[in-house]
Parts: sequence; structure tokens; C-alpha cells
Amino acid sequence: MPPLATLADRLRTALGTDAVITDEAARRTYDCDGLTHYKVTPAVVVLPVDAEGVAATVRLCREYEVPFVARGSGTGLSGGALPRSDGVLIVTSRMRRILEVDLGNGRAIVEPGVVNLAISQSVADRGFFYAPDPSSQLVCSIGGNVAENSGGAHCVKYGFTVHHVTGVELCTPDGDLVWIGTPMAAEAPGYDLVGVVVGSEGTLGIATKVAVRLLRSPQAVTTLLAAFRTVAEAGAATSAIIAAGLTPAAAEIMDALAIKAAERAVDCRYPEGAGAVLIVECDGPTSEVEAEVAAVVRLCREGGAFEIRVAADPTERSEIWRGRKSAFAAVGRISPNYIVQDGVIPRTALAEVLAEIDALAAAAGIGVANVFHAGDGNLHPLVLYDATVPGAYAAAEEVSGAILDLCVSYGGSITGEHGVGVDKAAKLPRMFTEADLDTMQLLRCAFDPGGRANPGKVFPTPRLCGEVPRPRAADDAPPLPPAVEAW
Amino acid sequence: MTPVRPDSVLNALTSACGPGFARPATPQESVGGVEARWLVTPGTTEEAASVLRVAAEHRLAVVARGAGTKLDWGATPAAVDVILDTGRLTGVSWHAPGDLVATVGAGTPLRSLQAVLEPAGQRLALDPGSASAGATVGGVLGAGEAGPLRLRFGIGRDLLIGVEFIRADGVVAHAGGRVVKNVAGYDLGKLLCGSFGTLGVITSATFRLHPLPARRAWVCRSVWSPLEVHDLLNDVVMSSVVPTGIEIDLPVAHLPPVARQRGAEAPRGPGMIAVLLEGTHDGVAIRSSIMQKLLGGDASTGDYAPPWWGRYPFGPDDVALKLAVPVQDLHAAIYALRDAAGVPVPIRGSAGVGVVHAALPGTISPDEVTAVLNAVRGALVTRGGSCVVLAAPARIRPKLDLWGPVPGMNIMRRVKEQFDPFRLLSPGRFVGGL
Repeated sequence: MPPLATLADRLRTALGTDAVITDEAARRTYDCDGLTHYKVTPAVVVLPVDAEGVAATVRLCREYEVPFVARGSGTGLSGGALPRSDGVLIVTSRMRRILEVDLGNGRAIVEPGVVNLAISQSVADRGFFYAPDPSSQLVCSIGGNVAENSGGAHCVKYGFTVHHVTGVELCTPDGDLVWIGTPMAAEAPGYDLVGVVVGSEGTLGIATKVAVRLLRSPQAVTTLLAAFRTVAEAGAATSAIIAAGLTPAAAEIMDALAIKAAERAVDCRYPEGAGAVLIVECDGPTSEVEAEVAAVVRLCREGGAFEIRVAADPTERSEIWRGRKSAFAAVGRISPNYIVQDGVIPRTALAEVLAEIDALAAAAGIGVANVFHAGDGNLHPLVLYDATVPGAYAAAEEVSGAILDLCVSYGGSITGEHGVGVDKAAKLPRMFTEADLDTMQLLRCAFDPGGRANPGKVFPTPRLCGEVPRPRAADDAPPLPPAVEAW
Repeated sequence: MTPVRPDSVLNALTSACGPGFARPATPQESVGGVEARWLVTPGTTEEAASVLRVAAEHRLAVVARGAGTKLDWGATPAAVDVILDTGRLTGVSWHAPGDLVATVGAGTPLRSLQAVLEPAGQRLALDPGSASAGATVGGVLGAGEAGPLRLRFGIGRDLLIGVEFIRADGVVAHAGGRVVKNVAGYDLGKLLCGSFGTLGVITSATFRLHPLPARRAWVCRSVWSPLEVHDLLNDVVMSSVVPTGIEIDLPVAHLPPVARQRGAEAPRGPGMIAVLLEGTHDGVAIRSSIMQKLLGGDASTGDYAPPWWGRYPFGPDDVALKLAVPVQDLHAAIYALRDAAGVPVPIRGSAGVGVVHAALPGTISPDEVTAVLNAVRGALVTRGGSCVVLAAPARIRPKLDLWGPVPGMNIMRRVKEQFDPFRLLSPGRFVGGL
């Protein structure tokens, strides 16, 4: 292994001086992503302008045997882009070209640093959009979305990033640029590599080009807000809507504490006395949307809604969304600090689980505001604390962890869209057996036998590939046929 | 290979599955023309895992079999020692109607699953061509099969939210879960979908379900040529009618009509485009009348699917092709295929997503098939489309390049080496000899 000191010089030669950051103060600005209580200053930061720059960096990491971490816009909430002090942070924010838009084939090919919303904006005037819309969509990058398999408010109807990416140019941990999947067709022969790379949190390589589906914008969009006395009623109404066979494009709930925060922050003027609001959006052909909205209104009334507002125009629609979209940030108005949790439960268990979260919070004397994607059972409890009070963070984290246990005990998941990252790696064994985790390691070893791609994330116990229990290839195992060159 | 004593293998397989559920295979029990040596029918995941442990110990090649509707798909296996029949791994073990989620044994016929879901007003939105022949959940997932509904709902990998499977070494593993939204851990279910049983044996699958629509209607219009399909598709794509499926049926090549025959007064073309609309009663009525106007010609709306809907255009003795191409290139691909074939080539499939199936007569020579494949692949290569031979008579199959260029082949090879280093699971049946 060549001395590490020369790595930065080699990177400068390969990528240009302005693409490599070694100054300590400048490096420190990259020491965390959206989960700010984990901080590590990377050894070197590089900002490549294209796929070849990423590949050159990864090849040098291989040569120097150092780990690398990819970072898009740094909005991730599980510490997936937490740097390594002994490694290179590869920032894709200069790779922002939309390379091709092909509306006839319903596809765009973009670089990983392209901001999520920029894709929809580039085709909106021609009546198309890109469906996954994480709440950070104003700033988050497509590369980050691919790593995390990001969802958003509308994924209850449209699905997640993995349903909208058909192909990826991947920089493998060896530094090769390989297309997997297909840029313009619906499927490609062979294993569904795109299906596992999306959501692998940067541990299988770095997406350097992404082919995304573009959908025709819906003819009609109607948003309504229903106010309930209790969050249990709002949850039960959501369950009723799903069980009735309706497919709203979004179904979001905010509880009293979250409403209070939003009122303070953006004066959203939700109905007075609401213990919870349910926001439902329906989209599609006008005739179907009208029927769906009528059914949702009926089910909300039957479920105890005391006020229902149906947006009559886009202004009223954005009024309804304003409170919801501000919610995470708005919680800062009622609490100096908070933990954003992300867990999933069966949609039918909403009312029960929310009551149990209430009980947990009350027992610990800690406030929990609930803002969540009710349509798919994806909870985002915001656990409030004051970092200046000794022990407060630990107490909040205990409640936050107990909420995840609750989700798992109801047959749910420890993460619906924020990812495992560094934050929840230790919790993964609550969902999977040792054998399950070993099996996942087999995939990682296929892509990254050297363990250089974002090591220490997702999995609880880092293992070298030789240590993963599996049948060892014996001398008499027939060799695989020789490689066939792919395009 | 380790020398195998047949008696001891049969004994071991019998103790894995129980008396009566392991026996020597009959000559008819083969995969892609390769006769198996033993046939086992485990009744539980644990028994199936025991079978794979026995196979790993004795280095026996194992091919999982559901209803056997696609045993002639893929390449000829390098070896078939044990057929693992999933016929006892059946049933809906869990259905949460309020959550629209169900867990089902891999050996369950897809149509049986649908029959269980229907009384709850739900369905698995997966309708492959082999379903009517009794195809099982495991087989449909393993072969990556889908039908007309894929336009709106995607394919098996898009609906699968959790999976239980057995590794080549007999270890039972899981991925995903039982909720519709979940990003914990690698989503290995997607890797298994379409892998032809080369990475693991699926024993159970958990799906997200969809409500059955209140009404379905098909708007059908006759068409003359792939070019006409192309023009109509563009109109449909740009509309806001939101079809659930857009299928075409082009039975045989046909001379295009002279210009004056086009339009409403033209005689019926030999082919058909059919658009499925689903939704509320009133909504479907309105949308189908919009679609009918949009398609023009002799378009009409009906409550039933045309007889060819969701059925493959090939028979058991044909060379069965699947083209997956950019929608805009579909007509060019079909022309290239028909020109190269020089014989009438029936084509049918999901034009709305650019995936169609075609049938070449099984009597043509391997060289002729290769020439056709080269021509079509040559026309597609720059746009990332593919032309795959799903099935071919055993006589010519070994002489064909069934898949053409496979993006990421080297990574796939490494995945196989990790999951199945001894090459015991459906060896040789998949891309690149995997």
C-alpha cells in the first residue's frame, strides 16, 4: 500500500486541484449529513464533475486500500453519508446535468447530483413528472434517493425510488463503470441488480448515472383536510379508506402537538380544536378523482371528522400542504431539540400503536409529536428534548428506541424510508436473524469483497468477506464459464 | 464430483421429506430435456431446507419445480439430480385484508391465491400468461413473468414485499417484511425474482395487494401494422386516461393497406390494440368513451377481454421470444424481427411498456434463429433493448445465444459465486451459464 499522504496529490492529478479538499476547516463542513449528532471529519473530500472522476477516485481508493463514502446533498436522516476519518468522501453535488429527457419513452437520464425536484420541473410544462417526492425534494439528490430508496408523501400510490429507476450506471467498488438494468426499456435480462443496488445505502457502489421513469401528470388533483378530535380517530379513518379499496395519492396525519408547532411556524390555520388532521390527496382522471374524494369525505365523516375542507383550487391546496410540509422544521418552535424517528406498522394498527406511543411518552415525561405517512403506516414520531438538560438526550433516545421496538412487535419495520445507515445498524437484528444478515452479506461480498464502499453502515457487525459463513468453494467445484462481455 | 451412492441419497432425501415424498424420478420428469434422478416433495420449509442440505452434502444439482409450466424455459441445465416439487408448500398462511397484504406458499397456484383474495375484494395485480395453466407463485416470481397489468402495477419484484427462501447450503433466509413500506436491509427478494432458481429456492412470498376495481372495460381497435400501433400508442401515452394495460396482438405479418384504406372506413386490420381501463362505474364509462375517440377507426368498448388477452403467442414447440424495448422503438423492433424471419411471426404483448412476445416456428434451423436474433439485437443495441429466447426446442436450444448482451454480467457471475459456489441450484439454466 502506498503512503496515504500521496493520495490527495494523486487525486488532484486525476481530478484537478479544485475538485479535492484537504484543508481541515473545509473538510469539517462535510462532517455530518442530516443526522447531525454523528460527526466524523473525512480524510479527503473530492467533488468530481463526472462519472469518470468518480471512477478515478474509487480506483485510487482501491489502490490505497482506503474506504470511500458517497454523499449527495447531505440530507439523509440515518447517517448513511457519515464520512470515514480514514477515507475519502465523494460528493456528487457538481454532477448536476440532466443528460437526456425522452418523453416518448417516459424516461430521463440524470447525473446523481441532480436535485429530485429539478427532474419534475424540467418536464412539468410538457405534462410529465417524476413520482418519488421525499419531503427534502427541494435539495435532496437523485443519487441519495437511489442509495436510500427514498419514498415521500405520494409513495402510497406511486411506490418508491426502486419502482421508478430502470437503470443505473454504477461505479463498482473496484472503480469500474458498469450499466445495470436498462436506460429506456422496461426490463433487462439477468439478475435484477438495480433492484438490490437501489436502497443499498452506498454499500454496493456509487450511482453515476440514473435512468428514471417520467409519468404523465394526472388530469386532476384534489386535496382535502379532515379534522378529528383524536389521532386515534384519524388513524381509524385512514385504515377505513385503505380497506375500502381507495388508493389516495397521499394520506398524511399530524397530531395535536405537530399542529401546534406548525401553527406557530407558518400560521397554517388548521381547524380550531383539532386533536389530529388527516390530509388526503387524490389524483388521476377527473371522473375517478371526483368519486374517490366523495368516498373519502364520507368515510372521514363516518369516522368522526368534525370539519372537512376540500381545496377548491391550487392556492387552497398549497394552504393545506403548508402546515404538513413545514412540520419537521416547525417542531423546532416548540422544542429546542428533537429526534426524527422513522418506523413502519401495519396500516390497520395505527390507532393502537399511536395510543401506545402516547403511553410511552407520558411514562417517560417526554413530548412526542406525530407527523406521518398514514397511508402506508410509515410513522415519523418526533421525540422532543432539550440538549442543555443533562440526561435529556439519553431519555429521548430511549423513548425513540422503544417506539421502534413497538413497530417491530406489530410486525412492522425499523425504517420505512430514512434507511438504516449508522443510526440503526445495531437494530437490524431485531428484524432479521443472523442467517438473514449473513445472506445479505453474500450480496455485499459479490459487489465489494474489499469492504471499501461505505463500510460500517447498515449491518451491525462488520465482517470481512472471507468470514461470512457459507459453503467454501472446494477444489473440485466446477469453474463458472468465462465472462461474456456486456455492453 | 464426489461419488454418490444412490441408495444413501434416496434414504437421506426420504428422511428429509418423510416416507413417500422422495422417490427416483421417472424418465418423464426432466428439466429442459435433462432427466432428473430423484423427485422430492417437501411439506414444510424445514423439510425443503433439509433437502438442500442433503443436496449440498452430496453435491447434487437441484431444480425447483412448481406446476412445471416453464420447465423448458431458459438454457438446458448442466445437471438435474433432484427436482424439488413445491406442490406441498401451498396455501395462504396469512392475509390481512385491511392492510392489503398476504403471505403465500411458493407452490400455491396463482389462480388459487386470486380465488382466496377475491371474496375480500382484492387481488395480486400479477396476471402472467401461464396463470391459466396453473402456474405457481414461486414459478412466476422465479421466471420474472408478468402480464397486461404490468403497465400499472409493475412485475413480481414490484409487488413482493417479503420473501423466505433456502440457500444452496440449506440455510433458511428472509428479506423484506410484512409491511408495504420498508427499507431495512438488502431487498434480496428482488434479486430472486427472475433468477430462474439459480440463487435460492423461494418457499414463501409476502405481497402487497390491490383492491379489485368496481368495473373493467376493454377498448379494442383493429390495426394493420406495427407503425399504426406506434402512432396510436403515442396518442394513448399522452392522454390522461390512465389505462391499466395496453396490449397488442399482431397475428401474422401483413401487407400494409394502401393509403386510402386508412381511417374509419378501412376494412378491419388483422391485428388489434386493446386498452384496459379500471375504476368506478361512471369513471370507466367516461374514460372508455374518451379512449374510443382517441383510438378512432373501428374502436369499440366491451366488458370482456379479447380472447388473446394475456396469452402467449407461442406454443410448446415454438421458439418463444420476449422483446423488451423502448416503447418508441417497438415498431422498429417488430419490423426487424419479421424482416429477418422471412416467415409470418405472431406477436403479442404489453405494447404500453414495450415488452412483447413472439413465436418463431420450432422447425427452423438454429442458424436461422441466430440470424433473426442478431438482426433484432443489432437494431436494439444502442437503445438498451433486449431480445431473449424464453424457450426453444431442446434440439436447437444449445446452439443459441438465448439472452444476447447482458448488462452487468460480471457482477451477476460474482453474485452466483457467493450464493451458490458449488453451482448446485439450476446450474447452467440462466444467463452466461449461471
